[in-house]
Amino acid sequence: MISLAGRDILHAWGKFVFTGIGLGLLIGVTLVMAGVYRGMIDDAMVLLDNSGADLWVVQKDTQGPYAESSSLYDDTWRGIAAMPGVASANNITYLTMQVRAANHGQPRDVRAMVVGIAPDGPGSAGWPPYLVAGRQITRSHYEAVADIASGFKLGDTLQIRRNRYTVVGLTRRMVSSNGDPMVFIPLKDAQQAQFLKDNEAILQQRRRATENPAFNRPGVPGLLDAIIASQSTNNYVNAVLVRIKPGYTADEVAAPIRRWKRLTVFTRAQMQDILVNKLIATASKQIGMFMVILAIVSAAIVAFIIYTLTMDKIREIAVLKLIGTRNRTIAAMIMQQALALGLIGFAVGKITATFAAPLFPKFVLLMPGDSIAGFFAVMVICALASLVAIRMALKVDPAEAIGG
Amino acid sequence: MTGRGIRIEGLKKRYGSGDTAVDALKGVDMEVAPGEVVGLVGPSGSGKSTLLKCLGAVIEPTAGRMTLGNEVIYDDGWKIRDLRALRRDKIGFVFQAPYLIPFLDVTDNVALLPMLAGEPNGKARQRALELLTALDVQHRAKAMPSQLSGGEQQRVAIARGLVNRPPVILADEPTAPLDSVRALAVIRILGDMAKRYQTAVIVVTHDEKIIPTFKRIYHIRDGVTHEEAGEGRGFD
Repeated sequence: MISLAGRDILHAWGKFVFTGIGLGLLIGVTLVMAGVYRGMIDDAMVLLDNSGADLWVVQKDTQGPYAESSSLYDDTWRGIAAMPGVASANNITYLTMQVRAANHGQPRDVRAMVVGIAPDGPGSAGWPPYLVAGRQITRSHYEAVADIASGFKLGDTLQIRRNRYTVVGLTRRMVSSNGDPMVFIPLKDAQQAQFLKDNEAILQQRRRATENPAFNRPGVPGLLDAIIASQSTNNYVNAVLVRIKPGYTADEVAAPIRRWKRLTVFTRAQMQDILVNKLIATASKQIGMFMVILAIVSAAIVAFIIYTLTMDKIREIAVLKLIGTRNRTIAAMIMQQALALGLIGFAVGKITATFAAPLFPKFVLLMPGDSIAGFFAVMVICALASLVAIRMALKVDPAEAIGG
Repeated sequence: MTGRGIRIEGLKKRYGSGDTAVDALKGVDMEVAPGEVVGLVGPSGSGKSTLLKCLGAVIEPTAGRMTLGNEVIYDDGWKIRDLRALRRDKIGFVFQAPYLIPFLDVTDNVALLPMLAGEPNGKARQRALELLTALDVQHRAKAMPSQLSGGEQQRVAIARGLVNRPPVILADEPTAPLDSVRALAVIRILGDMAKRYQTAVIVVTHDEKIIPTFKRIYHIRDGVTHEEAGEGRGFD
């Protein structure tokens, strides 16, 4: 038996191909949306992986340092390092801000997560684990390592607050959970960047302290200077990254830190839960809604196209039924056409998504599993969408082929 | 009647019920022998199409008896369970417009019926080509229907109606869209094929050009048929 669906498609291939391309663009958008969601999760995971930490010690009762702000004294790490099972403890600061490229003719701002890393050297928790160009930070001030997604190049000068930094190294896939590229600078510089005020604010602060009789006492020399000095320095970090010794579990090490240091400690599993299930939960729901809408629109388009194509063949279907064609043959013809349309659409969509994904500013991760699931979803949607047309075709009276 | 041909006795068809019931057929008697071509003529609303639909097993009559060859297919109820197979294997249709399947070429349009009946594609196409040759359109075997003239399309439609060697062919105004030369040619072809394949052919028409070609004509009016001898000039 010849394939009626195949012959019809070959006969009207232009109609099928152009409809398939239109459908394919919709499917491509859906695949990219899924890729955006996967990219967000991957961004969160690489953030955890690249930090190199087993535990995140943060301010008590906060979910920092990524999901909420957190402040710890910068000497807290010493006590943590002495706890049982702790191999290393490193201060770290995170601050998402606009970083200005200072050496370009036209000033250019880049949204970046500025990471302040403790001066413990490469390989320590918080440091970029690998570079694609240049070297790690070796000086204690004004050097930076940037993710290549920031667009910075070796030798570029960045301006963070009032200070300028030279890019000495480039890394890749070092991004925040929002997908912003990271810029690593020395911890002291980062602390300054977070808390240092501009000159006018410092001047005003000093004036207020000087005019305050409680601070500026005639009989207590040095008090005012001490207060001004304490206001001008920042002793805070956002978190302490802890690595644990072999033979210890994360929970074993975390429990005494929580108990004795009265701090909040997150294991990797807990931090993953915060980043994936809490931080991007709303975004993922948003994307899920878009995908549902796109699926409904795709189904409506396929249903409409198949319905129209079937309507165009009402007389032929009546003739086919009159000359003895089984209902299942006619139903199969319509369903095969819907599936063929889905196949063309999926192929176009997959190609579109593959080529379009790198053009998106945020990381789009196209997973083979998602594509396979998408393929079956498209086929199911097309099969369901063809049911309306099949129902109509089966109701066609063969007598319509005969006049009168 | 021999093993082919069709006989109808007292066939009735009522549409609706109660006060709104309409008796489209009020007891039609008709007999067409194998190899014979008869005309069925009548004004609009006389019951021609209803009769054709009953004969084609498309609608169910209300009462009467229909015999196809030696097989009773209707006797106050269908005696055949699979009407679709009956239409496919025992009844050939030729329509006013050819209604060829536009996405199949000429050969496959004709070969589709035997393929639907389960015949292998190659054998079905071979049979189609034989018929196309008999109807002198074999040179358009690979053409699509849209590439054919009106006369060629109608000949392909006749080939499709004949391909399963049905005992009866029902032709519904087969010459309506054709000029008189082509119309007479189509009727001549139907006559030739009826003789060659011993098929009974019923041609529904009110085409004055072809009515004189029939030897026997059934006039239908108000759901009742009257048989009369025709001039019968077309087939001898």
